[in-house]
Amino acid sequence: MKEINKELLFDYIIQLGDSSMILGQRLGELCGHGPELETDIALTNISLDLFGQVRNYFQYAAEIQGEGKTEDDIAMLRYEHEYRSALLVEQPNKDFAYVIARQNFYDHYHYMLLEFLVNSKDEQIAAIARKSIKEVEYHLDFSITWMKRLGGGTEESNCRLQDAVDNLYRYTKELTTPTETEKQMAELGVGPDLTSLQASYYNSLNALLTEAEINVPKEIVFQFGGKEGRHTEYMGYILSDFQYMQRAYPNMKW
Amino acid sequence: MEAVDPHIEEILSSVSDPEIPVLTIVDMGIIKKVEQKEDHILIHITPTYSGCPAMDTIEDDIVKAFDEEGLKAKVKHILSPAWTTDMITDKGKQALEEYGIAAPKDASIDKAALNGEKGKIKCTHCGSMNTKMVSRFGSTACKALFQCEDCGEPFDYFKCLR
Ligand SMILES: [Zn+2]
Repeated sequence: MKEINKELLFDYIIQLGDSSMILGQRLGELCGHGPELETDIALTNISLDLFGQVRNYFQYAAEIQGEGKTEDDIAMLRYEHEYRSALLVEQPNKDFAYVIARQNFYDHYHYMLLEFLVNSKDEQIAAIARKSIKEVEYHLDFSITWMKRLGGGTEESNCRLQDAVDNLYRYTKELTTPTETEKQMAELGVGPDLTSLQASYYNSLNALLTEAEINVPKEIVFQFGGKEGRHTEYMGYILSDFQYMQRAYPNMKW
Repeated sequence: MEAVDPHIEEILSSVSDPEIPVLTIVDMGIIKKVEQKEDHILIHITPTYSGCPAMDTIEDDIVKAFDEEGLKAKVKHILSPAWTTDMITDKGKQALEEYGIAAPKDASIDKAALNGEKGKIKCTHCGSMNTKMVSRFGSTACKALFQCEDCGEPFDYFKCLR
């Protein structure tokens, strides 16, 4: 195996963590606001799983960086353009259908990603993935069930989900379109060749949409950029909430 | 856990999961290794769920328990091998049931139950099998919420993780 460049590996781990972290933050916003108690608990549990996984990634990143920083510095103290999360996950909780569609689009990708990462050439990434995949299996199950329930439910719920899918689908292709870092990691066997995952991603996603009585959007202009630090307007608002305590009271602890 | 000095095992057994106090960390199966270092004992623990908020408390409790016996312990968190519910000891499973949490079933029963099939998990209150899932995510990451249709009471089920 070729020698892995430390900075590149650091950048890759940040990418692995950021999308899950921003999605976890979006889900955290729903704490106490879910449409029903059980769903509220489910969404915040998923958020907790994601933050737990991200903590593992960022502890590893901090170790690689070797500057004596912790996972909290990496999570809390970067600027907007330094976050490598995909555009999909920063989209707002417009209604429950948006929450579920966003979750499901991400879960499909996340599960496929982890299926590869459990055999990553990087031992620590593989260990984190083997832990995470069992949790993400539950997430995927949860969001698939709700996609079917909303799509096949009432006219209203179908209509809402169709609207969410029509609006969020444009952010899906970024997930399976590799950045320069992801391409290099694929060559080293650390990460998957994302391009090769694209077909199966859309096969399983579109099959689910059809089963859920939702039309697969056509003539989409796909949006990219989050994974390279170019975010939508929403990101600044998320970060101002997310980083508030650390920015206002540097080094504060619970 | 591999065999360790009985005194050390006794100390470890005095520490329990803060969210499920009847379950000791030994019975939970999260102690993976005990190493005697030159000036301290190093305890390797593996988390149940990545985001389990109990892990930091458990670490503090371990250090404190050893300290009370005049011993210095440190805790190392490891991820591999990933924890599974098979690592819960039989004694631990029994303690869970007595506490009112249904112990994890094997993978196929677990899957059927969490997919909404009725009658798979025994009620921890009255023993009836006439139960249904209310929510696959419960009060903590590791549990799902069930309800008995005979006695009407809700109860937790410890989800199978493999
Ligand atoms: Zn009962």
